[in-house]
Amino acid sequence: MKKTYAGPDFWFCIRVITLVLMVVFLIYPFSSLIIKSFYGGKEKGLTLENYQSFFKLPYYYRTLLNSLNVSLTATFTALIIGLPMAYLMTRYNIAGKKVWHVLAIMSLMSPPFIGAYSWILLFGRNGVATRILAKWGISIGSIYGRTGIVVIFTLMLYPYVYLYVSGAMSNIDKSLEESAENLGSSKWRRILTITLPVVMPSIASGAVVVFMTALADFGTPMLIGEGYKVLPVMIYDEYMSEIGANDNLASSLSVIIVICSSLVLLLQKVLIARHNYVMTSMRPPEEVKLHGWKRFWATLPVALVVSVSVLPQIVVLVTSFIKTNGPIFMHGFSLGSYKNIMSRLSKPISNTFLFSLTAILLIVVCGMLVAYLIVRKKGKIGTLLDFLVMFPYVIPGSVLGISLIIAFNHKPFVLTGTAAIIIISFVIRKMPFTVRSSSAFLQQMDPSIEEASINLGVSPMKTFFKITARMMAPGVLSGAILSWITCINELSSSIMLYTGKTTTISVSIYTEVVRNSYGTAAALASILTVSTALSLFIFMKISKGKVSVV
Amino acid sequence: MPLPQCGGGCCFERGDTMSHSVTIKNVVKKYGSFAAVDHISLNINAGEFFTLLGPSGCGKTTLLRMIAGFNTIDDGSILFDENEINHIEAYKRGIGMVFQNYAIFPHMTVYENVAYGLKAHKVPAEEIPGKVDAALELMQISQLRDRRPSEMSGGQQQRIALARAIVIEPDVLLMDEPLSNLDAKLRITMRWEIKKLQRRLGITTIYVTHDQEEALSISDRIAVMKDGHIMQVGEPKDIYLKPQNPFVSGFIGTSNFLSCVCSESEEPGKTPALVEGKYRLDLPLCKKFVGEAQVSVRPEQCMFDHEGLHGTITLATFLGDFISYEVTLDDGKVIEVNEYTKETQIIRPVGETVFVRFAPHLVSVYAKKDGEALSR
Repeated sequence: MKKTYAGPDFWFCIRVITLVLMVVFLIYPFSSLIIKSFYGGKEKGLTLENYQSFFKLPYYYRTLLNSLNVSLTATFTALIIGLPMAYLMTRYNIAGKKVWHVLAIMSLMSPPFIGAYSWILLFGRNGVATRILAKWGISIGSIYGRTGIVVIFTLMLYPYVYLYVSGAMSNIDKSLEESAENLGSSKWRRILTITLPVVMPSIASGAVVVFMTALADFGTPMLIGEGYKVLPVMIYDEYMSEIGANDNLASSLSVIIVICSSLVLLLQKVLIARHNYVMTSMRPPEEVKLHGWKRFWATLPVALVVSVSVLPQIVVLVTSFIKTNGPIFMHGFSLGSYKNIMSRLSKPISNTFLFSLTAILLIVVCGMLVAYLIVRKKGKIGTLLDFLVMFPYVIPGSVLGISLIIAFNHKPFVLTGTAAIIIISFVIRKMPFTVRSSSAFLQQMDPSIEEASINLGVSPMKTFFKITARMMAPGVLSGAILSWITCINELSSSIMLYTGKTTTISVSIYTEVVRNSYGTAAALASILTVSTALSLFIFMKISKGKVSVV
Repeated sequence: MPLPQCGGGCCFERGDTMSHSVTIKNVVKKYGSFAAVDHISLNINAGEFFTLLGPSGCGKTTLLRMIAGFNTIDDGSILFDENEINHIEAYKRGIGMVFQNYAIFPHMTVYENVAYGLKAHKVPAEEIPGKVDAALELMQISQLRDRRPSEMSGGQQQRIALARAIVIEPDVLLMDEPLSNLDAKLRITMRWEIKKLQRRLGITTIYVTHDQEEALSISDRIAVMKDGHIMQVGEPKDIYLKPQNPFVSGFIGTSNFLSCVCSESEEPGKTPALVEGKYRLDLPLCKKFVGEAQVSVRPEQCMFDHEGLHGTITLATFLGDFISYEVTLDDGKVIEVNEYTKETQIIRPVGETVFVRFAPHLVSVYAKKDGEALSR
């Protein structure tokens, strides 16, 4: 028998390499974190001390309750806003529909704590609106604490619900609702008994994303929460505080928050598995043409919600051009803030784009290969890879930051303080977007196209690059754009990992806000906002609206 | 539809001497404990048009993909002429393949699609255009040369897929249900074209289908498969007229299965039998047999007469060239009987009582116990 193996199979090598990388950059750091969470301050060896004090002391466990409280409330309010908006936008001829759609995506993609920051600029103790209203004798009360966090989360995250659900709603076959009507259902009854249950899986996915993002977010509660402390802020404090930092306790807190978000994701998986409908939309629902006042009343709520949600970014843009003197805003406009950041803060800008660009290249290459392994090379390894790649989805940025520091601050891997560790954190956290959308796209692709290429004499490796990669491009692109935008806006892991040399724009905005240097913070935030908008714009031009962002 | 004559530079005409025989020896494909292909052996001659026919899930596509190299061979071996190909990777096997959904590369023009395999096979660049154009001309799609395949019809995509497969002058051509996505009329046109093309190129072709009519019309030989096993191999005529077991008899065409009891006789050629407990006749068997058996009779082998099995017509369907009757026998069994319109144009009314008779030398007889073929 003659064997003509040229060497190990291409996909076998890729599989091994991917698994090794996963072990080094995901399993190892996270297990280090878990192990660390069982080390105490006083006792030697492994102990449950940290967990015990967490559940005993209100100072600690209250943060978890607060986190769950704001996340649940924000999920609920985001549903209340997102669901009707999805229905209006898919079923009626809303005036300026495309504009509202793009602006909704924009508010979702805004830098993480820009919302909090702008609301402070407007309605904070010294805010513009607060002062004007005070002159008229109106007091709006405090926006700090729980209310502020919930309002900002809602306005930032409702687009997730809107995007997921409107996607599903435009996929319902018209005949489904028609037959409900035919059987004598009224409009409201039809919506409640047919439309909503059918899009339930998408509602659940949207809600879970909102919940997890809210649970993991660090910037917003840090800026506007004040006395109302949530778990990610507590983790940051415990880990970073200059006096009495306790990284063992911080590790325990991290493990607790990861368990919470894993449970939510698990719950969603179980629920979706039970209520998943396969839709073959032969005839998508038609848009109802409204006229005159009816159209106005349908458009108004959409316009209001979207305008309020993009308000922070407009505020930031305007603020960046206001003349400042240190922390104080003067009358009149100038480019002073921009000149200031160019002389003092150009490093964070170049860092942000350099790190993100490197990360996105790695994400695209690895993401495509991993997506291929997951979809085409099924089996145990594929399932394991799928799980591992998606795992960072439940890890809040700050937790990932801590894990990486714990893992890579001693020999043999010393990476702390380097650009590499920030890029690694970007790749780990943002890759799921690209893998998800690439694999979804690949699933629709007929494998026989690849087989045809192999059959014609092209090796599997070359086939991947010549045929598969080319055809996956739209799916990869829509994931990569999300990875890219979230990379440039990333705060919660970078704030743990940065040093003076590796500061990014987001981190600088945070430190500038803390230093009350509002003008420069606004200018930096504007750079991010404009970059984000530009990326989205280019993406939409290239994809011609054929692929969706979420 | 006649094939156009090739102009100069045509490189596809080749004698039977160049194509390869395919030998399949005891091959096995297992998914867990389930054997999709269970110790199958076949000899496919050089230049032959060979069809794997069977219901879905019978293992025909699995076997084809083992030959192509997309499925591993768990046991046994596959040989092209004398060379075993088990461990040759799919892309080095030099096999042409036409996929069920054509698998045309959507981001390439028709020309690029057809040239793709030539480039991979390191054909000198200056020879590629000539070969591609000849293949396009052979498939009568020269006018599509520079267009993209995305908006093309199924028939056009089918021709591109064929051109792309034959242009590399493969040793063996594999086709996986290539006509199943075409509409009925086009399916018959393409059936003829594929057959003529194969005759002309003399290329060994292995064709997979679940459509028995297609298999009968296109093949030199057919292997009927079921549950990972070969049920019968033979020419279309033999498969249809002399099915070796009840499965083949039932799968190919329509068969009425009647119960029958054979009794002792001196001469196997004249075995007395009682069909459905009523109808006595002598069956020409190949050996001595006593006991319960099954008689398989095709609807067109049945005729209405003054003797035979008594029943009532319960449905009459006019189908143009023949009239199909559903007859419910007195014992409740339902059978199908055809009468040709060139012989009679009278449609018998539902409710008429009839006698159904058949010629003993045309029917197939199987032992009830193990399905062994008993007829001559």
